[in-house]
Amino acid sequence: MTIAPQHQAVSPQEPALAKTVVVSWKAPIAFAVVTVLAALLFLLAPHDGEATFRVSAAGDALQLPEIVLNATVTAWVCLALLTALTVVSALMVRARRAVPIWLIVVFAVVFVLGFLTWAVAGASTNVMPLAGLLAGALSLSVPLIFGSLSGVISERVGVINIAIEGQLLAGAFTSAVVASSTGNPYLGLLAAGVAGVLVSFVLAAFAIKYFVDQVIVGVVLNVLVVGFTSFLYSQVLAPNAQALNAPPRFDRIAIPFLSEIPIIGPTFFRQTIIVYLMYVAVAAVYIGLFHTKWGLRLRAVGEHPQAADTVGINVPRTRFWNVSLAGAIAGLGGAFFTLGAVGAFGKEMTAGAGFIALAAVIFGQWDPIKATLAALLFGFAQSLQGQLGVIGSPVPSEFMLMLPYVVTIVAVAGFVGKVRGPAAAGKPYIKS
Amino acid sequence: MKLELRGITKTFGTLVANDHIDLTVEAGEIHCLLGENGAGKSTLMNVLYGLYQADGGEILLDDRVQHFAGPGDAMRAGIGMVHQHFMLIPVFTVAENVMLGHEQTKAGGRLDLPAARAKVREISDRFGFDVDPDALVDDLPVGVQQRVEIIKALSRDARVLVFDEPTAVLTPQETDELMAIMRQLKESGTSIVFITHKLREVREVADRITVIRLGKVVGEASPTATNAELASLMVGRAVELTVQKAPPTLGEPALVVDGLTVIDPIGQLVVNDVSFEVRRGEILAVAGVQGNGQTELTEALVGLQPRVQGSMRLDGNELNGDSVRSILNAGVGFVPEDRKEDGLVGEFSIAENLMLDRADGAPFVKGGNVQLSTLAAFAEEKVAEYDVRTPSIETKVGRLSGGNQQKVVLARELSRDLRLLVAAQPTRGVDVGSIEFIHKRIVETRDAGVPVVVVSTELDEVTALADRIMVMYRGRVVGIVPGDTPRDVLGLMMAGESPNLEGAAA
Amino acid sequence: MTTQSPNDPDVAVETGSQVPPAEPVTRQPEPDVEPESRWHRAFREIATGNAIISVLAVLLALLVGAIMIAFTDERVQEASVYFFARPGDTFIAIWESVSGAYSAFFQGSIYNFRRPDFATGIRPLTETLTFATPLIAAGLGVALAFRVGMFNIGGRGQMLMASAAAGWVAFSFDLPWGVHMLVALLAGLLAGALWAGIAGLLKARTGAHEVIVTIMLNYVALYLVTWMLRTPGLLQAPGSNNPKTPPMKDTAIFPELLGPQYNLHFGFILAIAAVVLVWWILDRSALGFQFRAVGENPNAARVAGINVKSMYVYAMLISGALIGLAGVSQVLGTVTTGFSSGIDAGIGFDAITVALLGRSTPWGVLAAGILFGAFKAGGFAMQAAEGVPIDIVLVVQSLIVLFIAAPPLVRAIFRLPAPGSGPRRAAPTTTKEVTAK
Repeated sequence: MTIAPQHQAVSPQEPALAKTVVVSWKAPIAFAVVTVLAALLFLLAPHDGEATFRVSAAGDALQLPEIVLNATVTAWVCLALLTALTVVSALMVRARRAVPIWLIVVFAVVFVLGFLTWAVAGASTNVMPLAGLLAGALSLSVPLIFGSLSGVISERVGVINIAIEGQLLAGAFTSAVVASSTGNPYLGLLAAGVAGVLVSFVLAAFAIKYFVDQVIVGVVLNVLVVGFTSFLYSQVLAPNAQALNAPPRFDRIAIPFLSEIPIIGPTFFRQTIIVYLMYVAVAAVYIGLFHTKWGLRLRAVGEHPQAADTVGINVPRTRFWNVSLAGAIAGLGGAFFTLGAVGAFGKEMTAGAGFIALAAVIFGQWDPIKATLAALLFGFAQSLQGQLGVIGSPVPSEFMLMLPYVVTIVAVAGFVGKVRGPAAAGKPYIKS
Repeated sequence: MKLELRGITKTFGTLVANDHIDLTVEAGEIHCLLGENGAGKSTLMNVLYGLYQADGGEILLDDRVQHFAGPGDAMRAGIGMVHQHFMLIPVFTVAENVMLGHEQTKAGGRLDLPAARAKVREISDRFGFDVDPDALVDDLPVGVQQRVEIIKALSRDARVLVFDEPTAVLTPQETDELMAIMRQLKESGTSIVFITHKLREVREVADRITVIRLGKVVGEASPTATNAELASLMVGRAVELTVQKAPPTLGEPALVVDGLTVIDPIGQLVVNDVSFEVRRGEILAVAGVQGNGQTELTEALVGLQPRVQGSMRLDGNELNGDSVRSILNAGVGFVPEDRKEDGLVGEFSIAENLMLDRADGAPFVKGGNVQLSTLAAFAEEKVAEYDVRTPSIETKVGRLSGGNQQKVVLARELSRDLRLLVAAQPTRGVDVGSIEFIHKRIVETRDAGVPVVVVSTELDEVTALADRIMVMYRGRVVGIVPGDTPRDVLGLMMAGESPNLEGAAA
Repeated sequence: MTTQSPNDPDVAVETGSQVPPAEPVTRQPEPDVEPESRWHRAFREIATGNAIISVLAVLLALLVGAIMIAFTDERVQEASVYFFARPGDTFIAIWESVSGAYSAFFQGSIYNFRRPDFATGIRPLTETLTFATPLIAAGLGVALAFRVGMFNIGGRGQMLMASAAAGWVAFSFDLPWGVHMLVALLAGLLAGALWAGIAGLLKARTGAHEVIVTIMLNYVALYLVTWMLRTPGLLQAPGSNNPKTPPMKDTAIFPELLGPQYNLHFGFILAIAAVVLVWWILDRSALGFQFRAVGENPNAARVAGINVKSMYVYAMLISGALIGLAGVSQVLGTVTTGFSSGIDAGIGFDAITVALLGRSTPWGVLAAGILFGAFKAGGFAMQAAEGVPIDIVLVVQSLIVLFIAAPPLVRAIFRLPAPGSGPRRAAPTTTKEVTAK
């Protein structure tokens, strides 16, 4: 029994296996559900009349005309578009093609436009000031963006950060106290960063040194910070509010030229230093993560710590310092509450912002730019909720407030793209 | 570069993993480190690579004592390692993986990717590798991933290169290519430490051989030593991995698999149009290099794979589409490949593990209550019958040795009323005594008239147990051949070459 | 039919070429090690085990609490101004503030010596049990989910939904005594179960991580209930503009256990019953066996024919129902005059600490629930008597959990010997991929 097979070397580069295409019906199903909901809303509770969107604010140099949409027409057009997009996505999946991102974006934009027109048309004042909407959105987004950058860094290096809420709150508290007692908001900002780092130290120590489940530490840390700041607030701050809880606020700085651009100019470029710091932070984290040695190592540790270890990267140290850095960034976001927005510390004043930031991290797929956009979206939803309340829209504000959370649930359930976090996030690295 | 280890000792708690190990590797030599699993080879290399700190002894390079606080120090001193489980970041490109840890940067701290790409190309060209620096590692076949590991080590100018069990995931042909690469490296003056337990490879490339057993050096050997000599050095006694078995008494075809295809989450056909039959009283062994679809095939047979096309009939009943529960109830016994991950609940007692796959009804559950006394009696009986060495049936299974754990799995599966036994890698990581016991039990099951499917990547086990052998390659069946097919034929089949021999259709 | 000859060129004597190396870290000691004497082992377990760690963790946390009280006390601050002149004053002030606070704490949670008779003196203890009732119930819910390998952070949302459902039945229906209570109770359990079930279902169907889903569902529930509370015809009391429900009808209210001078109500009995039920489920039932198998090793459970996805759903349903019981006991037992969106009173998060302190066992949860109940009762007394903000309880509670989760830290502080055995629950969860070999 001899065999002489023609020996042909098997090139390892050859594709390993035959492939077929696995497609998911999730997107068409989600589209269909949203379309039906929109149809129910627009048809069962129709609003006629017109919706006016005021583009320019009163003080703008360049006045742009208002945009007026007829509610009935817009509703029908949007419904037709939504239905068409649903059908297109279903056909694509049937043809075994993936539904592209741009289709999802278009779908979302059409839905939001239809919804806004419907909501504004039904309000007691049918005018929606877009500038105010945007300004509010940015202001509400600032702590969310800082928080989500903190989450991105921390989770990319392999430590799940549920404690963003605690870091924000610690930052808010410390910046209020330090800025009030020194009279210097910059010192307050610095102190907020330090406070965030301190919270991170606890997270890092327990998660990295003692291998405690990171989710548990995060949850407990939030409670700890709430308890600690509330205790000190009642015991120390409230009786001495003038000395300890009346921080000076940052002045707005207008950037020449940029601040003159209609709509977005005043919104984005007539801001306090914290907001400009945020722009810098987003860019720095993005460039840092994907184009520098620091980011390469950070991501390696979060994806495959053992591999990082074997090329001489100190895994615990890398995790420790990056989690601390994440805390500092979140702390700065906390300072925005006291030095940028409200002007004084209040018990539990972050009110779940940390969890929205966490939602933005996941919705933004652990990417700093996408997470920032997600945070802006969530800030926009909150701002819209406020504005709809102001113009007397019949939409219950609670449902707008729910939006970030619902959207995140939908996202983690896999209806929007593929949500995959850093491979080693949440897993302690235990050597020998 | 000359490497010398003197009196290396490393203990973990009470366990001495390395006991005063001495090893000298001359410059430009291939030095084989031979030993069984758990002999302490990997520990020794992790000490050398700075991943572990030795409790005693010293490491010398070119006669200078070294102190490695971590892998970084070892690498700077010129030591490189090709790990058994590749140390590559799947979501990084080849260039990023290669530069990680010693990145070159441009102005402003930005990564210098072009330099890394050039480095990859330069080393690839030098050794005739065909590696795209911008490919994602996740998308590369294992053979190429291993080359990336080698490039990684060479890019740091490693002059001592450690290969830790490098051939485990390779086909025989890829193994030959690796051997050629090792010789080429040796020519260029690199010292090589080659860790393996495969004697053929040792004899092919080694200049010198050091055998370790139970953490100690038990001898040196020259490549001209016979296999028997090497094997007895390694195991400490003459090894006889033979199974006494009578010719099979074949019955009706019991398991009929037709056109079975398994699709993984990213759409790869990991099992591709596989058809075979197993008759009562017959052992069909499935051979192949790890990762050619055998795992998924066994998982499909017990209903663990979600995307399965084709048919698999047991005694005429279609199993495809049934839940794991109903397939087990139909009389399929399953010994999974990774017993710690899939076969046992480590934190559960032996008794609890023995009822694991009958947790929903008789005899261990009545009226929603677990029948603790029935379970205890059953467990005592099985522990005795299968010679499970344990202080008590309440001992957590995770605390048992590999062999005893596997006996618990086998006891559980064989104590059900079986109509088919599927055993994947039944003796992996099991001591020699238990291997004999497990093989005997499998043959007994066959002789009782149960059809058996055994999956193994070890040719020895395949040829020892099989009545017929089915070889898989890249998800397809290369051929189904008689149990006494010569090993060299099987080896070629495992590399995907169809046997063009008469009688292969058996 | 033997195949192998010793001179065969491809002998591989070792059988496990691709096994992750069974090198020392994972190599298990052979069982023939001489067994330790029973007394010696008992001693070692006490010195290194869970019980002592728990006690020391509580002590440490109370110590930190004492420091916080002392440092923020005005008398201490005044005395510390002239610390170097008369250090004694500072220490006296510290002693007074801390001992005052903790004695108020004790008298508010266990026994009040200032009362003339036992019946009124023991009232604080019944308060403790009243506060413990929802903590035990919700703690059981979190613990049960833990045992199935899931982290239910959604206690807040589940309690709110349960409270809303039970409350709605209790104030808007007219049913006979007993039946009304039962229907309200069931409505609450069902609402809690379903709200948690969403997370279970999504985990089973899509793999969505239950931590994220339950966190998000907390806020969804909060806004949903807030909206219902301010919408006439849903939960809002008729003729009122406040986001608050009308009072519960008498037919639905839990009976008082010890008469009208105590607040302890029937909910406590239900909580104890729940402890027994959860014990039975986890330790004796087939369902619990499958739960624990899934919790310890979902892969092996799946291979053994256990329907892991169903177990996730069932576990979350039961977990939600138990947390729902906490919500029901709040609205039908503790706050019967109508509730607002703060009805959960942080119990959903406290439950996590209760479950961790109780190490996810039913009896442990009972003990931990009573301890934290005492903290709450004592905390309120401390706030009333000494002006120490109740928030200190949150600090102490979370510190206890942190210390308990990190036994090495506690051992280091108290210089205790390290244990010989492996990690405990809630401590390292290592996976194969990240364990360095």
